[in-house]
Amino acid sequence: MQVPVMAELFAKQETPDILFWVGCAGSFDQRAQKITQAFTIILEKAGIKYAILGKEEACTGDPARRAGNEFLFQMMAYQNIQTLNNYGIKKIVTACPHCFNTLKNEYPVLGGNYEVIHHASFLQQLIDEGKVKMKESGSFKGKKITYHDSCYLGRANNIYEAPRKVLEALDGELVEMKHCRSKGLCCGAGGAQMFKEEEKGTVRVNLERTDEALGTGATVIASACPFCNTMLTDGVKNKEKEDTVLVLDVAELVARSLAE
Amino acid sequence: MIMHLVPQIIFIIICVAAIGLFARRVMDIRQNILLGRDAYYTDNAAQRWRNVLLLAFGQKKMFRNPLVAILHFFVYAGFIIINIEVLEIILDGMLGSHRLFAPYLGSAYNLLINAFELLAVLVITACAVFLVRRNIIKIKRFISKDLDGWPRSDANYILITEIILMLLFLTMNATDQVLQSRGYGHYAEHITGNFIISGMLMPAYGSLSDGTLVTLERSCWWLHIVGILAFMNYLPYSKHLHIILAFPNAYYARLLPKGEMNNMPAVQNEVLYAMQPELAPTPDPDAPTPKFGARDVFDLSWKNLLDAYTCTECGRCSAACPANITGKALSPRKIMMDTRDRLTEVAKNIKTNRQFKDDGKSLLHSYITVEELRACTTCNACVEECPVSISPLEIILELRRSLIMEESNAPQEWNAMFSNIENNFAPWKFSPDDRDKWASEMSS
Repeated sequence: MQVPVMAELFAKQETPDILFWVGCAGSFDQRAQKITQAFTIILEKAGIKYAILGKEEACTGDPARRAGNEFLFQMMAYQNIQTLNNYGIKKIVTACPHCFNTLKNEYPVLGGNYEVIHHASFLQQLIDEGKVKMKESGSFKGKKITYHDSCYLGRANNIYEAPRKVLEALDGELVEMKHCRSKGLCCGAGGAQMFKEEEKGTVRVNLERTDEALGTGATVIASACPFCNTMLTDGVKNKEKEDTVLVLDVAELVARSLAE
Repeated sequence: MIMHLVPQIIFIIICVAAIGLFARRVMDIRQNILLGRDAYYTDNAAQRWRNVLLLAFGQKKMFRNPLVAILHFFVYAGFIIINIEVLEIILDGMLGSHRLFAPYLGSAYNLLINAFELLAVLVITACAVFLVRRNIIKIKRFISKDLDGWPRSDANYILITEIILMLLFLTMNATDQVLQSRGYGHYAEHITGNFIISGMLMPAYGSLSDGTLVTLERSCWWLHIVGILAFMNYLPYSKHLHIILAFPNAYYARLLPKGEMNNMPAVQNEVLYAMQPELAPTPDPDAPTPKFGARDVFDLSWKNLLDAYTCTECGRCSAACPANITGKALSPRKIMMDTRDRLTEVAKNIKTNRQFKDDGKSLLHSYITVEELRACTTCNACVEECPVSISPLEIILELRRSLIMEESNAPQEWNAMFSNIENNFAPWKFSPDDRDKWASEMSS
């Protein structure tokens, strides 16, 4: 499979329908790369005309901005907006809620105006339109699945239902944690926490959240954010449950259940 | 003749003094709030009024916990509706009349007083339950160290005062009815019949002499109304100010998506001019050096300061905060209390010295520590939970900006992250050439 890159399409004077913004986690983090690859497989399968920026993509600046480094954020935004505008990008899909939030909410005032869609909503659309079909009896049929709300998808952007709709399509049994939807408990990675040691406390945030997820008795913890995925995967390992409980992105769940 | 007017004159003096004092304090608070930076919150008036209706009048967020919401609604409805009765009491006090509205309203008068009395019972019940929750059940957010000292007493004083005010109102009506039934003096001129709650209390006062009853009835009347006026003046010194400020704070609530951080046009332009020098204007040598982020209350927006005065220290924010839940130093409620306390201190400083005299303190460091700020995951749970449209997150992020951009104060890992983003275009130390390695793996 050859993943189309924007520069090459542009040279051939082709334009994709949608740009797949991979994000740094999806590009470099070994675990998150699997999510990226799963989502790519779905895009191919659904026959979407997409492209990635490849080496031209750069950090949106989200962690720098939230840490307080506005200069670095503005530099990254300037650079990315130049790239996106030069290619005349109109529509972007991304599997990272942090990239999603920055591209959708914070770039317009800086001159970057795009229709930005998170992959959970995009997957829901593909399923609704019948472009993605699930196996009759997929591997998650009847399995207990709990969904962990990403803060930057949920509270930050009010997207609660799309990922759940996608999970419902798997025919699993969706069980909710005590803190879900707008009351969702953070995984502990947001606000640039991912990139530093946690402050002194009584328990790590990801362990608190993992406890809640395991408490549902679910065998699959679904997330829609590469950072949440890392935090919960670490949590499950810490609780020595990695043999019985899977932490998977909604894209991975869909990719593993695609009809032949 | 003149002697007859003495109570009226005393009453009018008390009213004017109470309202005057209150108005002065309100103007002071307004001035303090305007010490904040300019910010524009006037777009989309329709949505803003909708927020006032839903969030302030309708207390929509409170209903995330329906049982508490209903109890709180009783106190709130009691407060607003019983004010109609206060209007009669004030007019009676000024005119020297007794139950001025009774003859005009006829049977509707009894209906109204009965409704007030029922509300009074509900207010007493709710306040009692709240006292139990705070002091006996000791709900976690109420025993937090945020509230040690004055804030905890403040909350209890408010609840106890509300109970006392309602009891005075009921006792006043009960003794009035006993006097009516005895045909005593002017009480006999306004036969109201029995009220629904105070009517049941009459037997308790049946054995008292006429004189004692009149004294009791008058004492309750005076204590009730003077109590209300005193409470009104206590408000602006207390967390209870939310009963007023919740309304403007809902109107000025942030309408942007919660995930969107406020832009800094000064930094945006600086970066733009660095990238495209041809766009840069000739530098103005007299222009003041811009300040980045917030170090003290002056650097926050007036909305942040209005937030601070609106906070009623309920602690829903901290109870939902992932950092607070897991024992970190951060408590969004404390961020709001610190902001208000520092603002009060600054205002006092300005009053004494006619302008702000450097006191060697600032909101950042003297009140809010670096450790607290560093614990925030920007998850927006505090913003989501706040029933009165406060954003502790906005203050946290402004202080973080000051830490990084004014003090270069960052943990080592963050400095590494910054330099990785700057040099490798990713927060980790990977070569930008490997960004699409995952794709080449797929093609093989």
